[in-house]
Amino acid sequence: MTKLLTRKAERIDELAESGGTSLAKDAFRRMRRSPAAITGAVITILFVLLAIFSPWLAPKDPYVRYDELRENLTPSHIPGPMPGFLLGSDQNGFDFFSRLLVASQQTLIVGVGATVIGAAIGMLIGGLAGALGGWVDTLLMRFTDILLALPSLLLAVSIAAMFANGTQWTVIIAVSVVSVPIFARLLRGSMLAQRSSDHVLAATALGVKRTTIVFRHMLPNSLGPVIVQATLTLATSILEAAALSFLGLGDSDPDRAEWGLMLAKAQGLLDVKPELAFYPAIAIIVVALGFTLLGESLREALDPKNRR
Amino acid sequence: MLRFTVRRLLQAIPTLLVLSILVFAWLRVLPGGPAGALLGDKATPESLADMRRLMGLDEPIIVQYFKFLGRVFTGDFGNSLASGDAVITEIARRFPATIELSICALVLAIAFGIPLGYLAARYRGRLLDNAAVITTLVGVAVPVFFLGVLLKYIFAQKLGILPPSGRQDVTIDATHVTGFFVLDGLLTGELDAAWDAIKHLILPSIALASIPFAVIVRITRASVLDVQQEDFVRTAESKGLTTPVIRRRHVLRNALLPVSTTIGLQTGLLLAGAVLTEKVFNWQGLGSLLAEGIERRDFPRLQGLLLLAAAVYVVVNLLVDISYAIIDPRVRVR
Amino acid sequence: MALLEVRDLSVVFRRKGTRPFTAVDGVGFDVQPGQTVGLVGESGSGKSVTALAIMGLLPKRGAEVTGSVKFEDTEMLRLSDKQLRDRRGRDLGMVFQDPLSSLNPVIPIGLQITEVLERHRGMSRKQASVEAVDLLGRVGIPDPNRRLSEYPHQLSGGMRQRALIAIALACRPRLLIADEPTTALDVTIQAQILALLSELVRDTGTALIMITHDLGVVAGLCDEVNVMYGGRVVERAERHALFASSRHPYTHGLLASIPRLDAPRGEKLLPIKGSVADNIPWEHACAFAPRCPNALEVCRDVTPELSPDNGGMLRCHNPVGQMSGVR
Repeated sequence: MTKLLTRKAERIDELAESGGTSLAKDAFRRMRRSPAAITGAVITILFVLLAIFSPWLAPKDPYVRYDELRENLTPSHIPGPMPGFLLGSDQNGFDFFSRLLVASQQTLIVGVGATVIGAAIGMLIGGLAGALGGWVDTLLMRFTDILLALPSLLLAVSIAAMFANGTQWTVIIAVSVVSVPIFARLLRGSMLAQRSSDHVLAATALGVKRTTIVFRHMLPNSLGPVIVQATLTLATSILEAAALSFLGLGDSDPDRAEWGLMLAKAQGLLDVKPELAFYPAIAIIVVALGFTLLGESLREALDPKNRR
Repeated sequence: MLRFTVRRLLQAIPTLLVLSILVFAWLRVLPGGPAGALLGDKATPESLADMRRLMGLDEPIIVQYFKFLGRVFTGDFGNSLASGDAVITEIARRFPATIELSICALVLAIAFGIPLGYLAARYRGRLLDNAAVITTLVGVAVPVFFLGVLLKYIFAQKLGILPPSGRQDVTIDATHVTGFFVLDGLLTGELDAAWDAIKHLILPSIALASIPFAVIVRITRASVLDVQQEDFVRTAESKGLTTPVIRRRHVLRNALLPVSTTIGLQTGLLLAGAVLTEKVFNWQGLGSLLAEGIERRDFPRLQGLLLLAAAVYVVVNLLVDISYAIIDPRVRVR
Repeated sequence: MALLEVRDLSVVFRRKGTRPFTAVDGVGFDVQPGQTVGLVGESGSGKSVTALAIMGLLPKRGAEVTGSVKFEDTEMLRLSDKQLRDRRGRDLGMVFQDPLSSLNPVIPIGLQITEVLERHRGMSRKQASVEAVDLLGRVGIPDPNRRLSEYPHQLSGGMRQRALIAIALACRPRLLIADEPTTALDVTIQAQILALLSELVRDTGTALIMITHDLGVVAGLCDEVNVMYGGRVVERAERHALFASSRHPYTHGLLASIPRLDAPRGEKLLPIKGSVADNIPWEHACAFAPRCPNALEVCRDVTPELSPDNGGMLRCHNPVGQMSGVR
């Protein structure tokens, strides 16, 4: 295998080899002491809560163009804070603050959607490769490796370009494809590491059926690494989605409130009302940071090298 | 050494083939069908029929693939739907701009990233280390295009000290020889042109360098931390060697090995980042070519650029492997 | 005046979030010029840490070193970093356990020797290379000229260790510390390396501290032996005396556990019961008490002092060959 690929693959393989139910308690304890983990967890939880409750938290209806806002709306002047409208208007006459809040939902959907789809497909491929071995394994993995080494944005762009019209699902699917090889390699690596582990060998010797071994013994132990990777993928998915929106591949519906989309559309308005771009951007950065901190702390905590 | 190079070259060929197959497959799934996609709106029944014949759409898939390969080798990527020019010409024209920007960004990322990574490892657990780690985390979390926009806003708009976009001021009448504007300025002795080009390079390079910088700092730090624990560093200490010698010959020589492979990996990130950065700064390079192509669904352009990206990726991969063999004597044995 | 005088040396490791760990507790011994002294103990006895403390190679943060280490009448523990570096390699040399990991994998062997010569003897690269060839020859490496430009992975284990010895002795230090130099090697090579070491120190008059867990190594090489357990010296004796009439139960146990070639077939092996991990807090007790067949009540309450005994030193309340009873 070439060196370029080895680097990226190495990290995934390392993660795959960690994990195992006995580490969970240890890991949890270690995480409680780490400021990074706590920060990450807090941000993540707050974000999810916000996403769930935002429709009720938003003071105004985020999908209504209010007359009060549109009154003074011109291409070169967007109304600032007004009574009742905390942050004023956005470029379309919507209440910016409410939009910001509600956009957390869509952003979460995009992130979770892309991660879940990518993980599901990836794990299916990886699981098949790991369980069946042989030429199936080689074929699937060669293919995955090539996909893995490609720059993610280019891959996402190619997929997104295949759709005639951009919708939110375009973005979700394009971004999910990027994470498929990662999960595939992760699960396969995890299964490979476990195939030679004692408890699997014992089960096989006892005559337990292969499918039972896979589902009842191997999969639960792979859970740890998968969760870690899913957390990290959530962060990158949100960022990639924002990039795709920026390039014009995403949703063109002006009504939809999603942070990446809001940021992309606010580029040209920096001299008019820079907050339109800054606030969604900060939101994305904080959430991405939160998930990354959480994921990285989880990875550290699960790493058997850290066990004393 | 030569055998190693030849072996790696041969190994690169299947990868290139697979990538070409991927692009080929991609082409066929595009809206409008492969022929329609390449002709775009200007398609007429005749031109569609011609294109279909050229691509051999009714012939067996293998034949189609080989016709495709044939066209690729002759550099026939079709004509851009937007400009009408041959895609290959567009690529050639915009190539230097992206190279100039990428090299600048990579140099920045390395020049600042490696020292910071080393210092973070040296002063582990102290303020510098924590600050460095936080910086890297934030660096990866900030969307590249936002960083570009932010830089533009602060330095070009608010402070007005650096130009917001483009590669050169229209008012400066510069002669272009190589297409690398800074180099051109120096070659032709037009120093004000060179300086102007440099000023235009600063912001986009910083934006583009941000992610590679973060990655390099992290990897250097982790690598130095690992190497510092190694037995041979203890041996070096027991010999009473001075700290600079140990740092240079023993720690860094070994720690930089994984870092150098990462640098090769950064090319992928740079390619991706260039698309976004060039769009933000209106930098007339391949990245913005891709961005424009995306916006207008200019598939001939996209096809050409994707193939180019595939080729570049494979070549860089190869160069990284070879350079690794040069630096680490243990690899050559394999 | 002894070449090296170690007095009351203690090393405590402190790491955030863990209890402080005393690796070395009040260790003291002397090394005379040209003498070979053995430091024997199992893993965890603190012998390697003692060696590192003498060389000043312990991390400044995390390791608390107290006591006195006097080399040629200079207090090593109070030297500055620069002063330490001047002496290491030039006056004191060290050979480590694993020759592969102890050598820099990406620079040639020759450079790893010449750099010491350039550093301490001010030689030029060319002069140093000539000397390096000579050194490699003297440690028994064939075709030394070619070896200069080879990398560690191209040499066999035995040759690597010889190279390490060459590096350590390059500047003719007065003291050489060898920390388990043969443990990572094949048995046949072990014998060769030990013979080499023995010959070299005899020829150059270098004092040697031999650290090992293998009593067989000690028997062939050392003039005087210090037995360590739980971070303390528990017995010191001249070589023959130790083997003929050891007094500490631990030493006695070690000697008894070596299978003898002339023992009758089927005779059971005699391990020391328990393991090093069996311990009680031993600030005020004998560290070996949990495993000692001679243990008395007092052994768990009072730390025995290291006191003269039969020509050597002994730290025990109830040594072998003594009637049971409190002293």
